[in-house]
Amino acid sequence: MKYVIIGNGIASIGAIEGIRKVDTESPILVIGSEDAPAYGRPLISYLLAGKITPDRLSLRPLEFYEKSRVGLKLGTTVASIDTSAKSVTTDKGEVIGYENLLIATGGIPFTPPIPGADGPDVYNFTNLAHAQTLIAKAGEIKRAVVIGGGLIGLKAGESLFDRGVDVTILELSPRILSLAFDENAATLAGARLDEVGLNVRCGVSAKEIQRDKEGALKGVHLTDGDFLQCDVVVIAIGVVPNYTLAKDAGIAVDRGIQVDDHMRASADGVYAAGDVAQARDLLFGEDRVIPIWTNAYNQGFCAGKNMAGKDVPFTGSLSMNSISFYGLPTISVGTVNPPEGDKSYEIAASLDAKKKSYRKLVFHNDRLVGYVLVGDIEMAGMYTAFVKFQMAVPEEAKKQILAGAPDVLMWPDDFFKETWNPGVVEQD
Amino acid sequence: MKRVYPDKEYCIGCHLCELACITAHSKSKDVIIAYREERGQTGLSPCKRVFEKGDTCVAVSCRHCDDPSCVAACISGALHKDPETGRTVYEREKCVGCWSCLMACPYGAIRRHPMENKIVKCDLCEGREGGPACVAACPNQALKFEERD
Amino acid sequence: MLFQPINKNYHEFCIDRDKDLCINCQVCVRQCSYEAHFWDEARQKVMHDNSKCIGCHRCEALCPTAALNIRKKPSDFRTNSLWRPVFLQNIYKQADTGGVLLAGMGSPVDIPVYWDRMLLDASQVTNPSIDPLREPMELKTFLGAKPKRVEIVTGKDGKPSLKTKLTPQIELNYPMMFAAMSFGAINFNLHRAMARAATETGIVYNTGEGGLHKSLYKYGRNTIVQVASGRFGVHLDYLKAGAGIEIKVGQGAKPGIGGHLPGAKINAKVSETRMVPLGSDAISPAPHHDIYSIEDLLQLIYALKEASEYKVPVSVKIAAVHNVSAIASGIARAGADIIAIDGMRGGTGAAPAMIRDNVGIPIELALAQVDQRLRDEGIRNNVSIVASGGIRCSGDVIKAIALGADAVYLGTATLIAVGCTLCGRCYTGKCPWGIATNDTKLSKRQNPDIAAKKLANLIRAWGHEIEEMLGGMGLNSIESLRGNRDKLRGVGLSDTELDILGIKHAGR
Repeated sequence: MKYVIIGNGIASIGAIEGIRKVDTESPILVIGSEDAPAYGRPLISYLLAGKITPDRLSLRPLEFYEKSRVGLKLGTTVASIDTSAKSVTTDKGEVIGYENLLIATGGIPFTPPIPGADGPDVYNFTNLAHAQTLIAKAGEIKRAVVIGGGLIGLKAGESLFDRGVDVTILELSPRILSLAFDENAATLAGARLDEVGLNVRCGVSAKEIQRDKEGALKGVHLTDGDFLQCDVVVIAIGVVPNYTLAKDAGIAVDRGIQVDDHMRASADGVYAAGDVAQARDLLFGEDRVIPIWTNAYNQGFCAGKNMAGKDVPFTGSLSMNSISFYGLPTISVGTVNPPEGDKSYEIAASLDAKKKSYRKLVFHNDRLVGYVLVGDIEMAGMYTAFVKFQMAVPEEAKKQILAGAPDVLMWPDDFFKETWNPGVVEQD
Repeated sequence: MKRVYPDKEYCIGCHLCELACITAHSKSKDVIIAYREERGQTGLSPCKRVFEKGDTCVAVSCRHCDDPSCVAACISGALHKDPETGRTVYEREKCVGCWSCLMACPYGAIRRHPMENKIVKCDLCEGREGGPACVAACPNQALKFEERD
Repeated sequence: MLFQPINKNYHEFCIDRDKDLCINCQVCVRQCSYEAHFWDEARQKVMHDNSKCIGCHRCEALCPTAALNIRKKPSDFRTNSLWRPVFLQNIYKQADTGGVLLAGMGSPVDIPVYWDRMLLDASQVTNPSIDPLREPMELKTFLGAKPKRVEIVTGKDGKPSLKTKLTPQIELNYPMMFAAMSFGAINFNLHRAMARAATETGIVYNTGEGGLHKSLYKYGRNTIVQVASGRFGVHLDYLKAGAGIEIKVGQGAKPGIGGHLPGAKINAKVSETRMVPLGSDAISPAPHHDIYSIEDLLQLIYALKEASEYKVPVSVKIAAVHNVSAIASGIARAGADIIAIDGMRGGTGAAPAMIRDNVGIPIELALAQVDQRLRDEGIRNNVSIVASGGIRCSGDVIKAIALGADAVYLGTATLIAVGCTLCGRCYTGKCPWGIATNDTKLSKRQNPDIAAKKLANLIRAWGHEIEEMLGGMGLNSIESLRGNRDKLRGVGLSDTELDILGIKHAGR
């Protein structure tokens, strides 16, 4: 087989589209352990909240795989990779040879060792099966505890709340959204959740999950001594790269599968992309695992092109998150919490608590390296341009950016022309 | 593929492209009804953004990029690249309004629908005779719809 | 109006906004450089101030719903054929300001338009008319001195060749040129457009007195470079850059006075091209300070010929004044190859209104007289005659040629082709059509791609019409019409006028 892709998420889709940009003919095989065509994992919260129906989960139209001439092996897990024989063996014992292999196995939910966590009614929030179980049970669930006040935890809480469940979210750190957002943004988001009626408790976590003799879930003991009665617990602390398969095959891993600037892993003909890969970060220049949707697609796309024989370097991952809390949109891109005390960073923040609007801009050496927007997100893309293209921000332009009005006319003239009106030469 | 190219040397900032855009995307196809009524009632809004700085203006909209960031960012599959036409296609029904595309597109070409959890994005006036309305309406040929490479 | 001098209410125009059609889109607000339209925050709608409207019609032209009509304000003054409203308004204005009345574009005063009183002939039965679509029709025109006779020698191979040495000529595919309008008075985009259109159609444009920007040197074969009393932008390369050099002595719209380009219009490019400091006024003196006689003029003509190595013809442009034919004779004798005569209806970027409206004579009379005088003196061949000042259509062009012109300059018509509505406020620098302005934002309104196309279209269209009219008269060459006054008849003209024009009355 010319192309084999392990994993059926967004990185896999990116890879298929990348390969087909270069090579429209050679067969592609996708092996996925879940029994559904690629779906939008972030859509799980929308599904659970009842905002969308299951038929809207799929990422691409039904005919996508057929049109792209992609073979699908779903409900199949790859058990091992033999990098010298260039083959993979499935859990069903089938051996499939490859010329180019993409490992896009994504992440697995991180579950801290909480006593009582093993057993029924403890869920994580990253796979469809759990969501479907929760939907089916929603009517019976009265109270839920969500462990983790990050993006996934909050969305999980929101979805359950929308189903009429009384939800308490636990966050160990002093505030929610500590990774992707800063304090002001987190406060606004927290206030919005509070307004709606979700309980958010910061600075505490679950010490033990209480079960009765039959093993049925009773509630959660908190680190501060409180006890919360509940019917289900959702653990949404985060994901870790799912690299065991690669590691067992002798492929170099660090925090994720190590890849070079062409998304190549250490073994010949093997590539990695998405939440499992540790790739170049656009802003820091070093390799990191950034488990972000857009990066997964981009890395897959880049890997796909390279697998098909093109020479395309990966431009680097840029961390970005867009998430709404009951109609309050928030966006965070790039470096939003620079190292404390580092004077080379400059932060400009403006908060309007009444309008529920917040804007934080992070500059580093005359460049915009990150931003947070809450409420008014209309101009987000224009800020992204400055971060992504790493354009210098002259003093005059900076004033305009600080006033919340970045635009394309602030771009360097040559870059503007190349982007918007290429190939035009004035006659005279 | 044919794309819309804005020329800031000759954009006069009249905003007629925006009017043409909303008229072309209106139900009535009538500029007066579209602007006066549909805008307020349905949130009809232009896919274009007119930027103005000093003496320079430019009207931009979706570039229909070869490798679009919006498609990479879309969590719902509402945005995809049509391999045949090269257009970046938006399927409104699939969109969940997560604003990931709006965040990811560095060209500012995606806007929020003023009333719904949907986006507004240029579709090159698909199906319109005579091509994109903005280009047809530009009084100074500052927008061109052509094949370049 | 509140806080305004009383005469502000005696404004010229009214903005008529149709409430059913106006959608408050503010296109008019953005287009009006005089701020006559504005967004009223209190009323949340577009409003207007009639007193600021100059009647340029830009808003009307761009309104997406055709909701706007610019109308003349109905006058409330008591009818008085002597004290017409314009005099009252001018006096009010001057009583307020103490200033000279400025005006732009050609004179609107009601003096006879002789073009309209002359009619062309056509063939019937005898000497049949010619169909220009089926038969060759020659509009090609050469400007420059022609020899009295030509000598031809037959070579050893039996082929004839011209022995007479010809002086340099400007070759035109059509007997029309874009008139002198300086870079500064109009902007660079229009100079580009004129240069491109002239090149495309095989005619020439005139730089006017503002010099020639380096980037337009490549259009030199289709350019006449002008030397005026301010000598702006004149240097050796400039003189060698064009297909001809023109000494501007006078201008039909303002005979006897100089020019004044305000510093505000001198931007970097204008400053570089004119060789004057950025932002400082560029003043053209009334006379050339080195020309006080025909002999002085001769010196300048030959100085320019020397400088350009006798490779291009030299033209002298004068305003049509009372004794224009005697002056033209002197110019011809001073060695000019071309005489350009600009009639009193010629345009201007700025002139004192009194001069524009009261000085000079109509081009028709001046042209007829100059042609006749040069013929009488036997020196008509020494020069080509170019007529200008109020040529509105191809009919005017062909009548001018029948009256004796070799070619015409089109100034106002050129500007109208790119949008000018003759609002006459060229001197403010706020031209809403982006013509008589160097304001970077307003200049953008003239996209040279569009403007060049329009100008080329105009020349071609008039060319077709001229061919039709020539064919109708049974002529197949513009050469055969030149000075052929038998092809013209006057209507409603006095014997004196007919005599001056050298034509018979219709019916004779």
